[in-house]
Amino acid sequence: MLAEKYAQEIQTILAKYPPDQRRSAVMPLLYIAQRDKMYVNREDMAEIAEILGITPTEVASIVGFYSLYYEEQKGKYHIQVCTDLPCALRGAERFMQELCSRLNIRPGETTADGLITVEPVMCLAACDKAPMFQVQSGAGLSYHENQTVESALALIEQLRSDAARKRGRDSHV
Amino acid sequence: MSKEKPPYILLRHRDIPDLDNLEVYRQNGGFKAFEKVVTQMEPAAVTEVVKASGLRGRGGAGFPTGLKWSFIDNKSWPHYVVANADESEPGTFKDREIMEGNPYQFLEGVAICAYAVQANVAYIYLRGEFWNLAASLDQHIAALEAAGLLGENLFGSKYSLRLYTHLGAGAYICGEETALLESLEGKLGQPRLRPPFPPSYGLYGKPTIVNNVETLANVPLIIERGAEWYRSMGTEKSPGVKIFSLSGCVNKPGNYELPLGTTFRELIFEHGGGIPGGRNIKAIMAAGASSSLIVADERALDTPMDYESVPSVGAQLGSASVIVIDDSVSIPWLIDKTTHFFRHESCGKCTPCREGTFWMSHLTERIANGRARREDVELLYDVASQIRGKCLCALGEFSIEAVLSGIERFRSDFDVAVGEVQTAAHVEQVPASD
Repeated sequence: MLAEKYAQEIQTILAKYPPDQRRSAVMPLLYIAQRDKMYVNREDMAEIAEILGITPTEVASIVGFYSLYYEEQKGKYHIQVCTDLPCALRGAERFMQELCSRLNIRPGETTADGLITVEPVMCLAACDKAPMFQVQSGAGLSYHENQTVESALALIEQLRSDAARKRGRDSHV
Repeated sequence: MSKEKPPYILLRHRDIPDLDNLEVYRQNGGFKAFEKVVTQMEPAAVTEVVKASGLRGRGGAGFPTGLKWSFIDNKSWPHYVVANADESEPGTFKDREIMEGNPYQFLEGVAICAYAVQANVAYIYLRGEFWNLAASLDQHIAALEAAGLLGENLFGSKYSLRLYTHLGAGAYICGEETALLESLEGKLGQPRLRPPFPPSYGLYGKPTIVNNVETLANVPLIIERGAEWYRSMGTEKSPGVKIFSLSGCVNKPGNYELPLGTTFRELIFEHGGGIPGGRNIKAIMAAGASSSLIVADERALDTPMDYESVPSVGAQLGSASVIVIDDSVSIPWLIDKTTHFFRHESCGKCTPCREGTFWMSHLTERIANGRARREDVELLYDVASQIRGKCLCALGEFSIEAVLSGIERFRSDFDVAVGEVQTAAHVEQVPASD
């Protein structure tokens, strides 16, 4: 249950908005749910609806409308490459294609180990530092700018070893 | 560069190290302007100074800021201020630099605006991707509260102010102010029918001022140094400085803070170092993906970048996100990129935009891939023309700018695309991996 696990954080969020406008907290609460498991499931949507006094359908409509929420589990790390016009003019499309082929996936797919999803996204406001991407994971979002295929692959190796270390730690608990 | 660079006004962190530290910001005069307005000025007098400065909204529309503030409805309370930090226009990356490098000047601008319209709560709506930025702004806001610069009874007055950040979740449309307000209310980010406008009916139906980050970052120095000082820069109708986000086929992309009225030539060739690979400039988009395509001839290059001059070359200044396009780029490829962007970002509320961007993207894809006939170009032009003037908000209008101007001004590229010749495929000239 989110309400127990993140009680303090939820209270801080609700306090930002007028008491009769709790619905404003729907997007921040969805981020809490998503950070927890990298996607938002039905149970979380129902719980958020209950916290805010709106219907689960209304919460689901928010999840469907906004592109940063996921309704199903994909890779642990989303490598989101901007391929919009300014980045494309600086080689972003070719960068993404090469990165995907080195990972043996197509854009939008997840690597065989289930860790890395590479996908094109719309403008990320870093047009002067293309090729660039953001990594979305349970830990949040981070920007990686002025990238090459090699630097991206090095980062992916780092993410994989982080994940392996974390798995090792968890299995000892 | 031959001319000596005057001190920065908005990107002051480039002159002053550690300006994102509150102590450093205060040592450089920070929060003097906010203290001055709260302790010495009537709210309406603050609005008058901003009005006199001629500051115009930097988000794209160029609406006079002080005039907007003066529209606040004093018969309905409470009032709100919302800073639009949704920066999502392809080609725009200026607000992010301000908030990362010079966050307190922006926050002080929010605070002064809030005092001017007597709002006790202000929200900063950031695009969801600015997750780390929101976390750092939260820390800066906490530092301001700890220093007594935000909170209750500020500077011994009766005025109180709280600032909160709010993250969006990946929707370009939320940069439109009424869609942003809907989103902040926890709803789908879809624009409202206007009027009423936010200064009378905004957040939670209450009078609200929505201003862009860059607009607000101008305000502290206008209060500190006066409207006349601000008017000494830029042009008569577009006073002050502007951050031009320069991207695309140019040697030195980046943010350039320059007086409004600087020419395209100076920005692209003097500051931006010209076009890479010895290629020639072909077209300019002055307002990101929402732009018409300007034919980059001598006259266009000598056009001053201000709100009144850019229309003379058939475009708008907008958010001043200047995308440079060289002669290796095929215009059908380019409009296929912009059309897909708008199709993806259309909120779906009004039919001309939802259906129009969908149909346009089918046609542009076919044309760009060399699978189209001449009639398809005519059909594309026809569909785009029918979208014009029929949409609920500006997104639909923006979606046709590059399409119509591309077909009108770069017809030969379309002739190649639909002719015997294989499409002049786009060549990426900046190597990705060296």
